[in-house]
Amino acid sequence: MFKLKSSLSACSLALAAVFATAPAHAQVSGDVIRIGFITDLSGLYADIDGPAGAEAIRMAVADAGGNVAGKKVEVLVADHQNKPDVAAAKAREWFDTQGVDMLVGGTNSGTNLAMAKVAQEKKRLFISIGAATSALTNEQCSPYTVHYAYDTTALAKGTGNAVVKAGGKTWFFLTADYAFGTQLQTDTTKVVEAAGGKVLGSVRHPLSASDFSSFLLQAQQSKAQILGLANAGGDTINSVKAANEFGITKTMKLAGLLMFINDVHSLGLKATQGMYLTDSWYWNRDAETRAWSRKFFEKFKRMPSSIQAGDYSATLQYLAAVKATGSDDSDKVLAQMKKTKINDVYAKGGWIRDDGTMVHDMYLMQVKSPDKSTEPWDYYNIVETFKGEAAWTTKSETKCATWK
Amino acid sequence: MQVFLSQLMLGLVNGSFYAMLSLGLAVIFGLLGIVNFAHGALYMLGAYAAYIGLERFGINYWVALVVAPIVIGALGVVIERLFLRHLYKIDPIYGLLLTFGLALIAEGVLRYSFGVSGQTYEKPELLSGATDLGFMVLPDYRAWVVVASLVVCLGTWFLIERTRLGATLRAGTENPALVQAFGINVPLMVTLTYAGGAGLAALAGVLAAPVIQVTPLMGSSLIIIVFAVVVIGGMGSILGSIITGLALGLVEGLTKVFYPEASSIVVFVIMAIVLMVRPAGLFGKEA
Amino acid sequence: MADGQAIPVAPIAHPAASTAQLSRLGLAVGLAILVLAPFIGLYPVFIMTALCYAIFACAFNLLLGYTGLLSFGHAAYFATAAYMCGWLVRSAGLPPELGIVAGVATSALLGLVVGFIAIRRQGIYFAMTTLALAEMAYFVFLQWRSVTGGEDGLQGVPRGKLLGTIPLAGAPHDKLFGVLPIPDDVVMYFVVLAVFVAVFLFIRRIVHSPYGQVLKAIRENEPRAVSLGYDVDRYKLLAFVLSTAIAGLAGALKSIVLGFASLSDAHWSVSGEVVLMTLLGGMGTFAGPVIGAFTIIGLQNLLSDRVGEWVTVIIGAIFVVCVIAFRRGFVGELLAWLQRRKRQ
Repeated sequence: MFKLKSSLSACSLALAAVFATAPAHAQVSGDVIRIGFITDLSGLYADIDGPAGAEAIRMAVADAGGNVAGKKVEVLVADHQNKPDVAAAKAREWFDTQGVDMLVGGTNSGTNLAMAKVAQEKKRLFISIGAATSALTNEQCSPYTVHYAYDTTALAKGTGNAVVKAGGKTWFFLTADYAFGTQLQTDTTKVVEAAGGKVLGSVRHPLSASDFSSFLLQAQQSKAQILGLANAGGDTINSVKAANEFGITKTMKLAGLLMFINDVHSLGLKATQGMYLTDSWYWNRDAETRAWSRKFFEKFKRMPSSIQAGDYSATLQYLAAVKATGSDDSDKVLAQMKKTKINDVYAKGGWIRDDGTMVHDMYLMQVKSPDKSTEPWDYYNIVETFKGEAAWTTKSETKCATWK
Repeated sequence: MQVFLSQLMLGLVNGSFYAMLSLGLAVIFGLLGIVNFAHGALYMLGAYAAYIGLERFGINYWVALVVAPIVIGALGVVIERLFLRHLYKIDPIYGLLLTFGLALIAEGVLRYSFGVSGQTYEKPELLSGATDLGFMVLPDYRAWVVVASLVVCLGTWFLIERTRLGATLRAGTENPALVQAFGINVPLMVTLTYAGGAGLAALAGVLAAPVIQVTPLMGSSLIIIVFAVVVIGGMGSILGSIITGLALGLVEGLTKVFYPEASSIVVFVIMAIVLMVRPAGLFGKEA
Repeated sequence: MADGQAIPVAPIAHPAASTAQLSRLGLAVGLAILVLAPFIGLYPVFIMTALCYAIFACAFNLLLGYTGLLSFGHAAYFATAAYMCGWLVRSAGLPPELGIVAGVATSALLGLVVGFIAIRRQGIYFAMTTLALAEMAYFVFLQWRSVTGGEDGLQGVPRGKLLGTIPLAGAPHDKLFGVLPIPDDVVMYFVVLAVFVAVFLFIRRIVHSPYGQVLKAIRENEPRAVSLGYDVDRYKLLAFVLSTAIAGLAGALKSIVLGFASLSDAHWSVSGEVVLMTLLGGMGTFAGPVIGAFTIIGLQNLLSDRVGEWVTVIIGAIFVVCVIAFRRGFVGELLAWLQRRKRQ
C-alpha cells in the first residue's frame, strides 16, 4: 500500500521548500565588481583578522572611490568557522551564483588550501592573506593563487634563525594539529637543524584546545631549551598563560613562531618581553603606517595587525589593477597585478612572483620590556629587516611544479 | 616516573569534573528516567553565570560558587515544569531529543553573545599560587578542584543513598502514586531533583571556569565523554558514576603517558568492552 | 523504564484507490520539478547536497521509523563512506562508481560490527552505544591524518568519469535545444537524482515486502514477534546494516558532489540533524525524511549568511517544538488530519 497521499503533499511541500531556499543562478557579474572575504569571524582567530579585516577591505574600497572602471564595488563576507568544507562550499556557491570576481582568504591555512582549489577550478583570482602555510606557493601552488602577507617559510627563517643564534639549540614543539601547525613545525625544524640545532620532540594539540597542561608537561619532560609554539591566536595566548602557570617558563624559553600584536596585547609585556617574532608589518614602522593606523584605531580602539593591513593593501592593489585593465576578468587583472610594483602603506617595492608569493620585506622584531614602551601598543623593536626575496622560498627550494 | 605521576595528577583533576558531571546525569537519569542531554549546556551556563556575575555585578568567585548553582537550578525548575513534565509517560528517546534541542539553543544564544573563542575567568586570589610537588608544579587551584568535587560528590551520594530525604526521593520515583498517598508532593520533588542535578552541573561549571576557557562550546565537548562515563558506571548508579568518573580521569592520564593520541578514545573503548561484558554497566542495577 | 517500548509513530494510513491515483500524480509532479530544477534557475549543487542528505535521512528512517531503533551515531557511516570513496577516487584513481560501491561496502561493514555489539541492548542503551561507537570513529578519523587529512579534511576529490566515459564535471553542451542555458554540474545532478529515486523506490520495496512486515511487527511488539518464532536479533541486524549501507551511499555520493570529506561529516551534531530531519518530516513515512532534509538544509543555507549563530538556536527550537507538539512531523500530521477529515 502506498503512502502516496502523503507523497503528494510531500512533494508540494518539498517544492515549496526548494523554491524558497535554493539560491538562484545569478548573472555572471557584468556590472558589479564583487569581492568575497571568507575568514574566521567568531573563533580563535577573530581578533587578528575577523570582522576588523572585513572593515579594512571596505576601507580600501572607499579609498579607491567605491566605483572602479564604471562599476560599483561590493564586498561579501562569510564565516568559515575554521572548517575547510564550509569555506570551500561558500566559495563555490559565491563563484557559481553570486558572480564573485575575487576571493580574499582570511585566517586558517586549512580553509585557504580548500578555497585555493575551488578558485583554481573556477579560474578566479584568490588572494590569501591570513593563512600561513607555505604549501599555498609550493605543493599546492596555482596560477590563480596569490599569497600576499606572510608564510611559514618566512616565519621559520626569521624567528628560527634568531633564536638558535641567541643560544637556543634544543627545541620541543607544541603544534596546532592541522595544516598550518604541521607546516610551521616542518619549516622551522629545517631551519633549526641547518643552523646547528636539534629538535628533541613534539606534541600536537587540537585546534582551539582549552587546556594545555598535559601537553606542556610532556614538553617539560623533554628537557629542551626552547619550547616552540607552532600555533596562533587564542591557542598561543593560552599556551603562554599555561606555561607560566605550571612553571614551565622557569626551565624553558618560549618561542612564539607566529605572533601578532593582538596576542602581545592580550598577554601583556611582562609575560612576553624579550620574545622574538617575525612579522610583515608594524603599525609603528613609519609616519605613513602610523597615520593609517590611527584611522583604524578610531574605528576599532585597537591597532591593526599585519593581516588587517594586508587585507587593505591587497584590495587596493586589486582595484587599481581592475581600473588599469578596465575589466574584472581574473586572467587580465592577475597579469596586470604581476606587472605592477606594490607601493602602499603595507609594502614598498613589493611584487608578485610566478609561484604566487607577494615578495616584500619581512621584519624580525623583539618585544620591548614594559619600561621601554612609550605608549599603548608600542610593543616592538625592529631588530632586523629581511629585504626582498631574503625571507621567502627560493627557486632551488621550491616544490611548486609550475615555477621553474 | 615524573611523567607518570604528573599526568596522573592532571588526570585526577579531569576525573573530578567527570565525576561531578556524571553524578548529576546519573541522579537525573536514575531518579527521573530522563537522559539529560542539556547537562553539558547547564555546566556551560554555570560557568557563564560566574563570568557574567564577575564582569557585570562584581560577584567574586566564592559567592559565585553558591549563586551560580542556584540561578541555574532555577532554570532547571523552569525546564522541568515547562517541557520535561510532558515527557515522562512516553518513550525516553523524546526526553533525549528535547534536551538535545535545549542544549543547541543555549549554545547558539551564548555563541551569538560571546563568540566562540572564549573568555578568561581569573582564579581567586587565595588559590593563585602553586606548589612544587617535586615531580611537577601543581597550581593550588587544581588541588582545590579535586578536593571540592570529592566533597560535593560524596555529599550528594550520602544525601541520596543514606538519608531519609534521599529515600523518599528514590521511593517517589519508583512508585509515585504510593508515595503521593503518604501526602508527599511528588511532582515538586521531581522538579527539585532536576533542579538539583542542574545545580550540580552549574557548580562544576564554576569550578571549571578558571581552569579552561569559558566558551559556549565547553559543554558540548564534554557531554559525550560524560555520557560514556555514566554508561560505564551503570546508568542508574550514583556511586558508580563517581567512581567511574575518577577512574576514567586516571586512565586518560595514564594513556597520555604511553600513547597520547589515544587518550580521547580510551573512554569509548572501555565503554564498548563494558557494554559487551556487563551490559548494565559496572555498578548498574538493570539486568 | 520504558526500555523495549515502541516509539509512537504516525498511524499507517490505508488510502482508497482513488487517492492512490492522486498520489501517483503527486509523485510525478515532484519528480518533474526536480528534473527541471537546474534549468529553471535553482542552484544544482544545493539541491544535490539536499538530495544526499535526503538519502541519508531515508536510510535513518528505515531504522527508526520502520524498525523502531534509534541510532544516535549515524553520522559515522555517512562519514566513513565519504572518506573511503573520496580517498579511493582521489588517491587510488578509482572511477566514481567503484568509489561509491567501496564506500557503501565499508559503511555496511562498520554497521555490521557496531550492530553486532549494540543490537542486544534496547531503547536508550542502544542509542548510547551507537553514539559512543560513533565517537570512536570520529577520533579515528581525526588521528588517521595520513588518509583523512585530520582537521583539514580530504580535499580535492575529482568528479572523474562515470563508467569511464561520462565526465561528471561540467556540462556537455552550453545550451539545451539551443535555447535553455545548461548550468555546470548538470550531468552530476542527474546522476544524483537517479540514485535518489532508486533509493526511494528500494526502501519502499523493502518496507512493503514480507521482511518489512516483520520489521513492523518487531517495532510494534517485540516480545510477541519473538514468541511467534522470529529470530528478532537477525532481523534487526539486517535492518541496521541496510540502513548504514544506504547512509554510506549518501556519504560517498556527497564526497563526489562536493569534492570533500571532512570531520564535520562525522560529528555527532550531524547525527542529531538526521534525527531532526526524520522527526520533522515524519517518522515512518516515505516522503517525511525527504521533506525534513530539504527543510533543514534549506534553512541552514538560507540563514547562514544572514543570521549565522542563530541557525543553531533555530534547529534547537525546532527540536523542542517537534518533541512537544509536532511528534508526527509534517507528513504524519498531514496524514492524521486527512484521516480525521475522512471520518467526518
